[in-house]
Amino acid sequence: MILIVRALGRFCIVAISALGRLVLFALATLSHVLRPPFYPREFFNALLNVGYLSLPVVGLTALFTGAALALQIYSGGSRFNAPEVVPQIVAIGMVRELGPVLVGLMIAARVTSSIAAEMATMKVTEQIDALVTLSTAPMKYLVMPRVLAGLLAGPVLVAVADSIGIFGGFIVATQTLGFNPATYLLNTVNFLTPADILSSMAKGMAFGFIATLMGCYYGLNSGRGALGVGTATKASVQAAAVLILAANFALTAVFFTA
Amino acid sequence: MIIFENIYKSFGENHVLHGVNLTVEHGESMVIIGGSGTGKSVLIKTVLGLVEPDSGRILVDGEDVTQIKRDAFLSRFGMLFQGGALFDSMPVWQNVAFRLQRGALKRPAGEAREIAIEKLRRVGLAPEVADRFPAELSGGMQKRVSLARAIAAEPEIIFFDEPTTGLDPIMSGVINELTREIVVEMGVTAMTITHDMTSVDTIADKVAMLHRGRIQWCGARADLAHSGDPHVEQFVNGRAEGPIETLR
Repeated sequence: MILIVRALGRFCIVAISALGRLVLFALATLSHVLRPPFYPREFFNALLNVGYLSLPVVGLTALFTGAALALQIYSGGSRFNAPEVVPQIVAIGMVRELGPVLVGLMIAARVTSSIAAEMATMKVTEQIDALVTLSTAPMKYLVMPRVLAGLLAGPVLVAVADSIGIFGGFIVATQTLGFNPATYLLNTVNFLTPADILSSMAKGMAFGFIATLMGCYYGLNSGRGALGVGTATKASVQAAAVLILAANFALTAVFFTA
Repeated sequence: MIIFENIYKSFGENHVLHGVNLTVEHGESMVIIGGSGTGKSVLIKTVLGLVEPDSGRILVDGEDVTQIKRDAFLSRFGMLFQGGALFDSMPVWQNVAFRLQRGALKRPAGEAREIAIEKLRRVGLAPEVADRFPAELSGGMQKRVSLARAIAAEPEIIFFDEPTTGLDPIMSGVINELTREIVVEMGVTAMTITHDMTSVDTIADKVAMLHRGRIQWCGARADLAHSGDPHVEQFVNGRAEGPIETLR
């Protein structure tokens, strides 16, 4: 019994201290946002990588998801004689949940992993130490631009995913399910509320922040050698995915249970 | 002048530095020798703040390094890393001119590039190399670029961490000669970490041997061959048998 309690206690201490380190890292990152020096070139490179270069994968994922959602809603709605709810459910499903979560997970897969691998490799090859000796703080030069890019690109990517997802549903519904295009669009627009859009953007911002922060955190804290780089990359994606889904639940609760 | 006073550093149960006392005079080229894993690189990194000592003091020209404003302090140093540590996301000239493109030493891009090309020439590299990326260069060329970066901002103190590791004997000789020339020409204080005795012969004014976390022996390079210390003799002559334990 004592052994179990001891193991549980040890697990709690490890988990809380890991969370504490992560929170301190996040606060340290945010504290650099307003303090010079700034590195605009690094920021725009990060914005390009996190935002623009994520557009194809985000767009394609959203397109197929929206299309599949329309088929599912039509099929499910037909069971209780309500197939006409397709535009409303596709819109609310994409904007409130699927758009943000898909973007979050896609960024975690594409961006978090690449940031973690890049930074871990920089650490292993002493490039991080070299930065310090060249009077450049890694938090400011490497971390802050990437996290800021995640914060800003997240909502834009979510807006793109929401729109393309709804478009995917629109194409399927109007081309194969016999919906009238004008009525479909009117039902979509009329059904969505500002709170839906706001929650979607807030989630995009939060998920962009989490995804880039996890990449930086695990990259800068990686172990030695190729194994260290691999472990850091894997752990960063796992942590980002889990935290994104947990944050999604928390934000949904905040926005829609009041 | 750099003074290490009773420096201790442990990583968990591994006691790497165990009371290091060492003085490097201004304008002197000090070479630290010692077996792998004896804490030579850690010693250098404590000066730059990359590793924080558990206890002890490090004074640079009389100022405690833990009390100094970091940016201004670090601009006095240059460092050649063991593996080069070049930023592979940027071309060679931007690596060399990194410090000249930001912070207090910032210059216009054109001027920074000119200085980078001049430093590349100084280490024997053609200007055409400037626009290539580090991954496109050989190991020897990467070391030269790293050396050019270390001297780009005209530092007062330069650290060389294993400058010849991974290079063939001829390229090692070239890097050793270059290192010596640069140290003499710039009149800098230099600390070099190596276990390459050819480097010691070429670069050193003084030599210190680190063993079991302490300075085992320190003296002029000319005295190294007859130091009278069995540890030093074993190391210098590369003998497997002797007071330094080796794993087989």
